[in-house]
Amino acid sequence: MSSAAQGALGALPAPGPLQRLSNALYLHPRLLLLLLLTPPLLWLGVIYLGSLFSLLLQSFFYIDEFSGVVVREFSLATYHQLFTLANFDIILRTSAMAAVVSVAAAALAFPLAYYMVRYASTRMKALLYLGVMLPLWSSYLVRVYSWKLILAKEGILTWLAEQLHLTWLLDAVLALPVIGGPSLSTSDIGTFLVFLYVWLPFMILPVVAALERVPRSLIEASADLGAHPGETFRKVIWPLALPGVVAGSIFTFSLTLGDYIIPGIVGSSHPVIGQAVYAHQGTAGNVPLAAALTIVPIAIMAVYLSVAKRLGAFDAL
Amino acid sequence: MPEAIPAVRFAGVRRHFGEVRAIDELSFEVADGEFFSLLGPSGSGKTTCLRLIAGFEQPDAGAIEIHGINVAGVPPYERDVNTVFQDYALFPHMNVGQNVEYGLMIRKVPAAERHRRAEEMLDLVKLTGLRERKPAQLSGGQRQRVALARALINRPRVLLLDEPLGALDLKLREQMQVELKALQRQVGITFIYVTHDQGEALSMSDRLAVFNLGRIEQIDTPTALYEHPASAFVAGFVGVSNVCEGALAQRLAGAPASFAIRPEKIRIAREEVSAAQGCDSAIGKVESVVYLGAATRYLVALDGGGSLAVLYQNADDRDTGLAAGTRVRLSWLPRHRQPLSGQRA
Repeated sequence: MSSAAQGALGALPAPGPLQRLSNALYLHPRLLLLLLLTPPLLWLGVIYLGSLFSLLLQSFFYIDEFSGVVVREFSLATYHQLFTLANFDIILRTSAMAAVVSVAAAALAFPLAYYMVRYASTRMKALLYLGVMLPLWSSYLVRVYSWKLILAKEGILTWLAEQLHLTWLLDAVLALPVIGGPSLSTSDIGTFLVFLYVWLPFMILPVVAALERVPRSLIEASADLGAHPGETFRKVIWPLALPGVVAGSIFTFSLTLGDYIIPGIVGSSHPVIGQAVYAHQGTAGNVPLAAALTIVPIAIMAVYLSVAKRLGAFDAL
Repeated sequence: MPEAIPAVRFAGVRRHFGEVRAIDELSFEVADGEFFSLLGPSGSGKTTCLRLIAGFEQPDAGAIEIHGINVAGVPPYERDVNTVFQDYALFPHMNVGQNVEYGLMIRKVPAAERHRRAEEMLDLVKLTGLRERKPAQLSGGQRQRVALARALINRPRVLLLDEPLGALDLKLREQMQVELKALQRQVGITFIYVTHDQGEALSMSDRLAVFNLGRIEQIDTPTALYEHPASAFVAGFVGVSNVCEGALAQRLAGAPASFAIRPEKIRIAREEVSAAQGCDSAIGKVESVVYLGAATRYLVALDGGGSLAVLYQNADDRDTGLAAGTRVRLSWLPRHRQPLSGQRA
């Protein structure tokens, strides 16, 4: 009689070490949970939250005007500096840019996402997913520099405007106060276009995910109860898709608030928060002000999320 | 007196999805106030039929009339019918009250009247006091009632129900069957009820249509359908039946015409017990015995080929010794043979 048959007939075969380990984990689910959670908690708790906390701490120090040395004492002086005209302008313009980029991204993403979920065949949907993700496979810098070429004074867009006899329109747009400039690549309009392009996938994907969870029967039920398509959109589809739009806007908003590379390549000479942080912690050596400026996007996001929550954006979750 | 206008009339309606013939040349009428069931296996076209009435699908050919009005090209939101969906389709972001009031809100009924009617509806479906709950906080049976209230509050002339009890457990389903039927009598609205559960259709309907492969095999009252199935398919789908064809029919009935016989119409006894006067009979051997609680089902292999299922009530006088292998005599009254036309599915 073979040993395997003996094992099957008599007592269970003695478990190997791996088998014993998985048995132990199966019988002690809490141990398994602990093992699963330790790495992410270490990462999030110590490295991520820890550095965030030290950042917060830094923002309460201040720099000595004469010596340029960081004074490690509690003070709100640095936060006061945020409200100087120059700094406040940076915060305001960056926030406005982030808001406009988010709204435009939502407006562009929603119809596409709706098409992908409701109408596209499986094959078409796969192609569209690929199309949305494809830009993320190439270097961010390459894409931004390509946009500089497109938007430059001698670039493709100017050429196209000439061919279409729309140069007057381009000039009129560039003549707009504040957001205009000598060329698209050196104006806030250009920065906006590049931001919109770069962050659009981060809006499309969550909106698709949210719409996926709106079953067709809900739309039919709404029509069945007498609602015209417009009413169905306002009362059923939009409220249910809102968490996805908010999730997407968290990406587009915070990524725009934090970015310092795009405005450096395409844009006006007015710095954004990211560039200011970069300048203060680097050449200027004013780490406390850089830290305080970094707290700004965090505070804005916190306010934004609490407002969204109050408006019921997460009720459908 | 002019002839009553039917609540729903199909005239030569066809709906194909590519190569699939969901519905083929369908013609039937549903009378006003009737509880009418569409019964059939999945994929037989019954749900498509319902969606055509609701307006979610448009027919490729033929005409559909709702209360005498041709509804070709009329979108769902302009039809005087409401639907109870199979998955209930409750709006997850609204509470029970808002769900029920949805149709009235769309029709711009003032809030006070809306609340009053919703309250009435919730009482009617026995959900009093649950109006603040979200659908996710309700049980399956409660969601089903909300879906019903949400449809009925609009006082539609026709209510469409798409397997509304499919997701409920047996006890609750039986309770809801009784309640639904009572509710239909109370509100007097035409109910068109889609189900694949023949017991449900038989117990609730005034009339029912048996669907098979996009066509209707038979439309009749539950009793007529059960006692006189028109085809082998109906005999097999509505209830359980022994369908006897060809040589077997020849041997048992003396003619090759197909017939069906219900298992509960066949008496079973030991071989030596002779059949009652005027009965047909056949001899065989018990192949299997399945105890079902109220009754016992025997499968008997007949001498000379073929087999018959027998359902025998577990009454006091039952012969409990009929184990597998026992030689038995089956007998039945000739009038219980149901002649069949049509093909076996």
